[in-house]
Amino acid sequence: MQETATASPTVKETLIGQRVRKPDAPDKATGKTRYINDMVLPQMLIGKVLFAGRPHARIVRIDTGAAQKLPGVHAVLTGKDVAELRFGFVRDNVALKDKVRCEHDEIAAVAAETEEIACRALELIEVEYEDLPGVFSPEAGAREDAPQIHDRFPGNKSLAFEFRHGDLAAAEAASELIVDNVFRPHHVTHCCMGTSCAIADFDHNGKLTIWTQTQYPYNYKMDLAPALGIHPGDIRVIQPPVGGAFGSKLDVYPYEPIAALLARKTGRPVKVMYSREEEFKASPTRQAAIIHMRTGCTRDGVLTFRTADVLLDNGAYTSWGPTIPVIMMRTTSGHYRVPVVDFKAQAIYTNNPYAGSFRGYGNVQTTWATAQQMDMLAEMVDIDPLEFHLKNAQRSGEVTPQRSFLRECALVECLETAATASDYSRKRKEYAALRDAPGRYKKGIGLASSIHNAGGAKIHKSDGIGTILKMDDYARVTVITGASEIGQGIDAVITLIVAEELGVPLEHVTLVNNDSDVAPWDVGVHASRTTFIAGNGTRRAARKAKAQILNAAAKMLEESPEDLDLRAGSVVRNTDGAALIKLERVLRQMHFQAEPELVMVTDYYEPKSEPEGAAHVSDHSAAYSHAVHIAEITVDTLTGEIKVDKVTVAQDVGRVINRMGLEGQIEGGLAIGLGYALSEDMRIENGMLKNACFRDYKLITAPEMPPLDLHFIESHCAEGPYGAKGISELPTIVIAPAIANALYNATGVRIFDPPMSPEKVARAIFERCAPAGSGAVEPRLAGTAA
Amino acid sequence: MMSVETEIRFKLNGREVSLKVPVAMKTLAMLRDKLGMTGTKYACGEGECGACTVEVDGRTVNSCLMYAVDCDGRELVTIEGLRTPEGLHPVQQAFVDHGAVQCGFCMPGMIMQAKNLIENNPGLTREEAQRGLEGNLCRCTGYTKVLDAVEAVVSGKSCGSRP
Repeated sequence: MQETATASPTVKETLIGQRVRKPDAPDKATGKTRYINDMVLPQMLIGKVLFAGRPHARIVRIDTGAAQKLPGVHAVLTGKDVAELRFGFVRDNVALKDKVRCEHDEIAAVAAETEEIACRALELIEVEYEDLPGVFSPEAGAREDAPQIHDRFPGNKSLAFEFRHGDLAAAEAASELIVDNVFRPHHVTHCCMGTSCAIADFDHNGKLTIWTQTQYPYNYKMDLAPALGIHPGDIRVIQPPVGGAFGSKLDVYPYEPIAALLARKTGRPVKVMYSREEEFKASPTRQAAIIHMRTGCTRDGVLTFRTADVLLDNGAYTSWGPTIPVIMMRTTSGHYRVPVVDFKAQAIYTNNPYAGSFRGYGNVQTTWATAQQMDMLAEMVDIDPLEFHLKNAQRSGEVTPQRSFLRECALVECLETAATASDYSRKRKEYAALRDAPGRYKKGIGLASSIHNAGGAKIHKSDGIGTILKMDDYARVTVITGASEIGQGIDAVITLIVAEELGVPLEHVTLVNNDSDVAPWDVGVHASRTTFIAGNGTRRAARKAKAQILNAAAKMLEESPEDLDLRAGSVVRNTDGAALIKLERVLRQMHFQAEPELVMVTDYYEPKSEPEGAAHVSDHSAAYSHAVHIAEITVDTLTGEIKVDKVTVAQDVGRVINRMGLEGQIEGGLAIGLGYALSEDMRIENGMLKNACFRDYKLITAPEMPPLDLHFIESHCAEGPYGAKGISELPTIVIAPAIANALYNATGVRIFDPPMSPEKVARAIFERCAPAGSGAVEPRLAGTAA
Repeated sequence: MMSVETEIRFKLNGREVSLKVPVAMKTLAMLRDKLGMTGTKYACGEGECGACTVEVDGRTVNSCLMYAVDCDGRELVTIEGLRTPEGLHPVQQAFVDHGAVQCGFCMPGMIMQAKNLIENNPGLTREEAQRGLEGNLCRCTGYTKVLDAVEAVVSGKSCGSRP
């Protein structure tokens, strides 16, 4: 009866878990936001790059004379200008090449007054090539007589990784059932809507300012400096708004030092921006790999071992792509309770485009294999896959063979929630029974899950973040943070957390996070880490500010600071919620009193995780998380087309912070995974990309996006901000094998090399229906009796 | 070839404009490079992504495919033209409120297309919106929140998000 009157002021309304808008959305929705692609500086020149357009060749002669003389051209650079300025993970790259190792190798660069003049100048550059035999697959590159791509890397061997745990021979002997398959995850690319772009300018003290799309501004300085022969301290990184990144801007790519080299040569700002065709050809890919995976279990359905022998297509240079085994092995060893593990990976140089990091970072490829083998084993054991998953699912407190400590593990709840919500077990049986019934359209349902780091990943020496928080005399808050914004929504999360802690309106919080001369260190936006790491940093800084304010207010009010709180722009009494004094008045009094003080706090947060280490046995993330996807599909058995009717998602998010941002990350991440599963495919023939446009490289469009049923499991992570975990990669990782398992449920065929394109699916269905002996695409079920 | 210029007059976001443009110039380049209206985005230049969508005489076009000289005598509306002195256009506001904007790069084109669909079909269904937005690529959102926003404009619903 009295409910309306007792909306108690003593209960603080929390923002955690609410729907909060992105602060930058109004400017983006009105076209006001100035993206890096939109930027024009006074005196700015346009830089263009001459690409080799052939996969492997010696440069016999290069003549830039005519280009140099063209009016409006200010500089022409070639490999001679950068001879020893090597950069990259293993120092195998230079901004401009003296030998061609892949189609998009940068041979020369021009700075001119207009793009038209720059393009004309490129046409005037004469290059004589002597083509060399190429290497277009890792198997070919590993052969003894293979052409050598880099003199410094004999046998075309790039990075190698290994992890072993337990007695494999004994585990194999104890395995009554073994699946053994070769999976071939393919090349796809990020397709950021804003194409790659950098603007560079040197001042006359030799300091470089670079406007860039980078998502790791601090290590970026370290990585860019050797490409220019300057000190990392002499680089200022400014991050204007970007049209997406998804991992593609987690390294230095040649166009960035090229912009800087042209700027140094001309003394003027230089902008290099790719066309879409250049973007397709010259930006990084997701790593293609050949994964030979074996998983064993007992007749009762208890996993006994998992092995993975991975050959990675390094491409021509080493960026983040060949480092993905760091995560691949975590999934091989930690996706379900696997007592014995044997993982090895070797990256082989080829003359193909080279891979960078891409949302999901190795786990997309690995889960494509592990999640399909879970489904195959369940069938061999002859139990419902859900039951098989539950039987092998880890619980809270378990530790994986690589020492990932699953403090709060919600895998079982994720499995049960998704299965119940989608009526999985009933539908799976029903669809399997109808598989060979007449009819062109078949329905299928498939379950997949995965594990991923959800509290950063300590692959650098630090996984920390610096935060500076200041308040002015009007109680406006500025957060100066290393956390980068690439569209994912850390701006909304930081704003929400500050408003939650300091009781100020969301619109009174300003973020400064785009200038390395101003904002403190952060590793970068990657590894599903930013809400977790920057969220903790922001909360800690805000709590320091709050303590300072409440102490000062307590003195002014002759109260005890423990009895006070900040709510709705005022200092309030905890017990009855009564507003005692306006927050901005407190701040002004603090500032102007006899012993003046300003609220300006700093914080450095380093998560409690262990460095990855060479042995790969470490608790390398401060949290781990699981997601389960259940895909329901309809297959046109005539055309091979898969229509995804619905996806049910249950993901351990720790705790919901900004519900709207969380949903958006899961929906968007899943769309990238759907493209990977169904349509995206870089067609690379003899090192040359054949489909460098959106017409032929098919992203998921609005009509193909299925309805999603999202379930957020809150496991309340002790180390996470308010209990939250990192979330943004799992949606991209899990969906493809869920669809693959649904395809099997519907038709009895399995595809090992994504995408599950209509041609492949139709052929597989045709071959399954063809007379026995043609079952090349049937899963090779190496069931062995012990 | 770009040096051959011709003078054109047209209406841009309600204002008369007259300028000289190279005959080979596309409308997108004219907007961005000649007029400094960078709200309309370049993302493919081949009419495949919809990021450069503008309205010409009430119909949406990919401005990267349309020659600038063909704007002569027409009426163009770009993303900058939707805002009123009172604030954002209802479609823009719905995109903001429903979390349809992440990196936002495709949004000017997406919003132009969505606005046009809604104006031409006040009873627009979600399925019709999906088909109508097929030519607008987005890499961030998975379109779900975009469709939520469009549905909300059509039905007049609010989602209760905070500014």
